[in-house]
Amino acid sequence: MKARVTVTLKNGVLDPQGKAIEGALKSLGIEGVESVRQGKVFEIELSAGDRVKAEAALKAAADKLLANTVVENYRVEVLS
Amino acid sequence: MKAAVVLFPGSNREGDVASAIKRISGKAANIVWHADSELPANTDLVVLPGGFSYGDYLRCGAIAARAPIMNAVRAHAERGGLVLGICNGFQILCEAQLLPGVLQRNAQLRFMCREVYLRVERSDTPYSRRYNAGDVLKIPVAHGEGNYTADDETIKRLEGDGRVLFRYVSPEGKLDPKWNHNGATNAIAGILSEKLNVLGLMPHPENHVDPMIGPTDGRGLFESINTVLEAA
Repeated sequence: MKARVTVTLKNGVLDPQGKAIEGALKSLGIEGVESVRQGKVFEIELSAGDRVKAEAALKAAADKLLANTVVENYRVEVLS
Repeated sequence: MKAAVVLFPGSNREGDVASAIKRISGKAANIVWHADSELPANTDLVVLPGGFSYGDYLRCGAIAARAPIMNAVRAHAERGGLVLGICNGFQILCEAQLLPGVLQRNAQLRFMCREVYLRVERSDTPYSRRYNAGDVLKIPVAHGEGNYTADDETIKRLEGDGRVLFRYVSPEGKLDPKWNHNGATNAIAGILSEKLNVLGLMPHPENHVDPMIGPTDGRGLFESINTVLEAA
């Protein structure tokens, strides 16, 4: 079973890396870029076949390690 | 004083801090491996040293904060034992939720390695009784992620409870954005836990203890700890 956890910075949290990327995109002449926020994607293989259990496990993983919920949000998706 | 310095893969200041402890207390510190589950018996000070534990993978301090030894460190803190986290150690304490908030990328995006000025905000803590409130210390920093951030409510609580021990200031001891080199909220350089027994700070007091190599403003922190523990 494949899953994905996406971790992004909360709104209002300073993202200097995103700012730097935004600046680089602008200097490359890529038009229409209003702002960039950088995040992380975790692609996770799970052994169990139970969707509900898988989601619970991924949520625990995100809460305990993958995201720092002081400054980050996360989204859990079971893909197949 | 019976100190335990925790060694994580990628720590690199454990020798510096152990040497500062030996110099000031006369007693050698135990170096404790991160995969151990217990601290040496009668440990009264735990130090999480600076460095780049786990190569700063995921987030600075994130993996180290979940290492087996951290359960023992947490129990020690809950008993009221002293826990000192320096630089990466501060990041680990925040990730372990032994201290609130998070250390984000420096606002200028650059790794900063230089001497800074710190103001001591209070002297009635186990870490600062050999200083006076208002003292300005010259202490080195070396970090890329030292920009202390927390939600407004946490900042208000920290400030209200007097839990900010050190702030980045000008050489005259004044708050000035120019001297807040990493952009930290309220120029916060070091904070205490609610019971004042856990301290996390970004600067490296252990590097300014030897007159042979320069200023010795960091000595007071280790002398304070030693005084408290020897009196106990």
